[in-house]
Amino acid sequence: MEFFIAQILTGLANASSLFLVACGLSLIFGVTRIVNFAHGSLYMIGAYTGYTLMQVLPGAIGFWAAIILAGLVVGIVGVLIEILVLRPVYRAPELFQLVATFGVILVIQDLALMIWGPQDLLGPRAPGLRGVVRILGEPIPKYDIALLIITPIIALALWYLMTQTRMGVLVRAATQDREMVGALGVNQAWLFTGVFALGSALAGLGGALQLPKGGADLLMDFNILAPVFVVVVIGGMGSLPGAYLAAIIISVLNVFGVTYLPQSTLVLMFVVMIVVLMIRPYGLFGREEVAGEHGQVGEPERPIKPASSVMRGIVVVLLIGFVFLPLGGSSYSLVFVTDMLIFCLFAASLHFLLGTGGLVSFGHAAYFGGGAYIAALLITYSETPMEIAFVLAPFGAGLTALAIGWVCLRLTGVYFAMLTLAFAQLVWSLVFQWGSVTGGDDGLVNIWPAEWLKPTVTYFYFVLILSVAGILLLRHVQHSPFGFALRAARDSHRQAEATGINTRQIQLIAFGFAGFMGGLAGAMFVFSKGSVFPNELEIARSFDALIVVFLGGVKTLAGGVVGAGFFKGLEETLLRFEYWRLLMGLLIIFIVIAAPEGIVGSLRKGAERIGLRRVENQ
Amino acid sequence: MSISGEGVFLQMNQARNMLEVRSINSFYGKAHVLRDLSFEAPTGEVIALLGRNGAGKSTTMKSVMQIVRTQSGDVFFKGQSITKLLPHKIAKLGLGYVPEDRRIFTDLTVIENLIVGQQPERIDAVKWTQEMLFDLFPNLAERRNNRGKALSGGEQQMLTIARTLMGNPSFLLLDEPSEGVAPIIVEQMAKVITQLKSEGLTILLSEQNLHFAQLVADRVVIIESGKQKFYGTLQEMNERPEIRNAYLAA
Amino acid sequence: MTSVLETKHLTKSFGAIMAVDDVSFGLKKGELLALIGPNGAGKSTCFNMLMGQITETSGEVFLEGQKINGLLPRQIWRKGVGRTFQITSTYSSMTVIENVQMALLSHHNEILRIFSYATLKYREEAMALLEMVNMADQADRHCAVLAYGDLKRIELAIALAHDPSVLLMDEPTAGMAPKERVELMQLTAKIVEDRDVSVLFTEHDMDVVFANAHRIMVLNRGRLIAEGNSEDIRNNSLVQDVYLGGGSVFANEPSAKHA
Repeated sequence: MEFFIAQILTGLANASSLFLVACGLSLIFGVTRIVNFAHGSLYMIGAYTGYTLMQVLPGAIGFWAAIILAGLVVGIVGVLIEILVLRPVYRAPELFQLVATFGVILVIQDLALMIWGPQDLLGPRAPGLRGVVRILGEPIPKYDIALLIITPIIALALWYLMTQTRMGVLVRAATQDREMVGALGVNQAWLFTGVFALGSALAGLGGALQLPKGGADLLMDFNILAPVFVVVVIGGMGSLPGAYLAAIIISVLNVFGVTYLPQSTLVLMFVVMIVVLMIRPYGLFGREEVAGEHGQVGEPERPIKPASSVMRGIVVVLLIGFVFLPLGGSSYSLVFVTDMLIFCLFAASLHFLLGTGGLVSFGHAAYFGGGAYIAALLITYSETPMEIAFVLAPFGAGLTALAIGWVCLRLTGVYFAMLTLAFAQLVWSLVFQWGSVTGGDDGLVNIWPAEWLKPTVTYFYFVLILSVAGILLLRHVQHSPFGFALRAARDSHRQAEATGINTRQIQLIAFGFAGFMGGLAGAMFVFSKGSVFPNELEIARSFDALIVVFLGGVKTLAGGVVGAGFFKGLEETLLRFEYWRLLMGLLIIFIVIAAPEGIVGSLRKGAERIGLRRVENQ
Repeated sequence: MSISGEGVFLQMNQARNMLEVRSINSFYGKAHVLRDLSFEAPTGEVIALLGRNGAGKSTTMKSVMQIVRTQSGDVFFKGQSITKLLPHKIAKLGLGYVPEDRRIFTDLTVIENLIVGQQPERIDAVKWTQEMLFDLFPNLAERRNNRGKALSGGEQQMLTIARTLMGNPSFLLLDEPSEGVAPIIVEQMAKVITQLKSEGLTILLSEQNLHFAQLVADRVVIIESGKQKFYGTLQEMNERPEIRNAYLAA
Repeated sequence: MTSVLETKHLTKSFGAIMAVDDVSFGLKKGELLALIGPNGAGKSTCFNMLMGQITETSGEVFLEGQKINGLLPRQIWRKGVGRTFQITSTYSSMTVIENVQMALLSHHNEILRIFSYATLKYREEAMALLEMVNMADQADRHCAVLAYGDLKRIELAIALAHDPSVLLMDEPTAGMAPKERVELMQLTAKIVEDRDVSVLFTEHDMDVVFANAHRIMVLNRGRLIAEGNSEDIRNNSLVQDVYLGGGSVFANEPSAKHA
């Protein structure tokens, strides 16, 4: 019993950072409608800044001052991000802004590497709170007790701010209809900046507060994201008490998990999330998300048409180029183009979900990596012939997608998106923690294709044929009755249901189909590399695909494919620089600001402007 | 019904026209919605903006507020050009915008909705308090602590007006206040508008219900495809049945 | 005459509030029946129950003698009930004709097919429906750029795609100018006659209701308080008190004949 209570107290103390970061994320989303993926990065800066300040400022006062200052510094960083990166893109289509925050993640990663170096920093202990207190005979660190007191105070202060002040009323009003708040005389721009500063400061505070219990390292930005999304989803978007309760549930559970189920700590939180969502689809205190009713920006999507003869011509020329590549190119360029083609199919499969289906999946890597792992596991454990493993992999990925889709499609909008990310993380944790089967961090190696496919040139043609066929199939399905029904469900769920279309069934099939195609790409990938590691399932891999689809242009399939080609080429070019992430991040931000329609969309606009392409009749 | 426009604030050294719209052009994406639209709103009058749906009535309202940016032309409020300003600056000058579709904040209580609309006092306009508004809209008084979503359509419509009045505007833009509400509420709305006018407010009202417009308007602007087709007093319009037949009635 | 659509003691409560309280009525074949009442009287709740959007607390709904409550909206649609929305719902990324083709594809159970081209399917049938609502000349235009009144007519074409026996119209003329309202209701009346459809509609424009409805029901605080023709309703003092008011905001002549 004593041990039990001690465990709970530790969990409550651990909830502190999670709560602060989750609060900030949901506050920012509420008002700006931007899922700030860089929120983990702000948390990381908070930790690093706090660490540095603690080295400089002496004593207990210095320690606490360092924490508060870290929050303030991160708040200022948030203001800079908001003004420099986000303000120029508020008028861009809603989800496009996400990509800008991906860019920010990359920039901050390299800046942190430059300033604080690659080594992990161990957090200093809090002066005056170094020992333990015995509660019911169990030792509880004094710092945990401090956190137990501080967190509710911050939560209360936030609650007061949001419910009892005019500022809070304005923030809540803007969460619902920001255009209207502006029309009533409130300066939206500063409201946005203010909210972004507050949300960032909370993340920074969270980062600094956890220092004595952990430290600062370069992976913490991505590591906090999944738990934070889980907390936001369980608690309910925009709910302070929800975030608090969810953070406590997750943290307490985690403490018990470490004791009783050390092999499945990561998986546990996702299980809880799934259970909660089964009972309360919008979280403990959440409400159904009705996004974008007012103040939506961007032009309506245009009807799709068969490809023009010019477009067909370009595609044919490109394909002929690829067919003859082995005659002229080096084997290095063959490997590169093979990679690129695989990535194009992966991106096209995400585009199908995102563009045609309007289903924003933040966790598409689960199916790519899933396909790769299924093939690798079959080869490693059952000596399945490569051909059979290769065929089974996409089916396995498709089935995984169906299962995940079945749960996620109970929700819509940002809840759906966050849930897909959480599930992808679940798959990742399973692979990562189940080392005895999956090899864990060491991955699975020696996964080579069958003899007849071994030569690089043969495998290149194999990939070329399958990728192109896959992309063409995705395109064809868009034009089929099924593809139209999928768009119908996206355009007007209400009308589709009212005219006999089972929208959830349609979307689930689409989800499974996209997972299948992602799995096919993954299978091609694993046999081209000969190995697979958990990072193929990581959030970063899902983000790669999202960046590509958005940068290319969501509105046309060509966007996804062109984006993938462009991205691979860029990565190849930049990787030779030491701080390639910084360059990549800046470039992404630049493209987001300069070409808000995506690369293909902006090219199309440009062509229309100079008269190469006919403008849609009005 | 008075057409003279002698509001109580007329003596306060103001231009005869509170609002002047001069050949504005507005676009939604590529669609050219307003085409060289011009009209004036004399101080203290109620001006009804009539025309079929899609004619550009709501866009006119939003263009005055710069929620839709005008591409060319100019809008003068009390003699000052406002086309370069952002919506919140325009609201602060004393233009109150009441949108169509009752865009209240449904998660906020009635009182909180009013707090969002609150603006500092203005020398040339009535200073509204929550209590004054509850006198004007007695239904809202009973429901002051209810969330917006618990209100009926009619109550929500009243709340949108009350919320905007909290900004102490001297000019009110009312976008289709009678849409989708019961006839008995429309009648109440007409009374409110008449009362607001007697308090000195100038009102631009977009409307589909001709009967309602007849009850409250001093002057009429008819637009069709974003172009002005008629501008004159209510009486002038009623004397020209061909105008009504062409653009309004069946 | 028997009723095509019938409700028996239909009731819906939200907590302590009775949104719809023991409502029983029948929609006769070929009838244009109006349901009016103050905002919050329960019209939308009633409508949503008929369409299966929300489940009733108690009571029953029958379509041609067959019980339909408890079914999902799409199942009720398949039984032959079409609907239009108060705020238009069309597929904005598609052309006008594709919107109608979509409904036809669904009607013919072909939405799961992936080997054919959607735009080549049921084009003629879709065109015939568009002709009926006078939208044929705009068949290939992009829905997102159309005027509101045109969208309303597309919705009507979509709602008629599966040749329904009952059409539910939620404030069909909301947001339209007087002239368009009359045109839309004349079109609806013609469809009722030509296609043997029965229509139940809610409406706030009394000009539209009094000029077009064959019969009118008034709902107040969830209960039916009156029923009858234009004359009866116009002169019902209870209806005047809760809904119509002094009659200054709609046409006063007993039967406004629209040319």
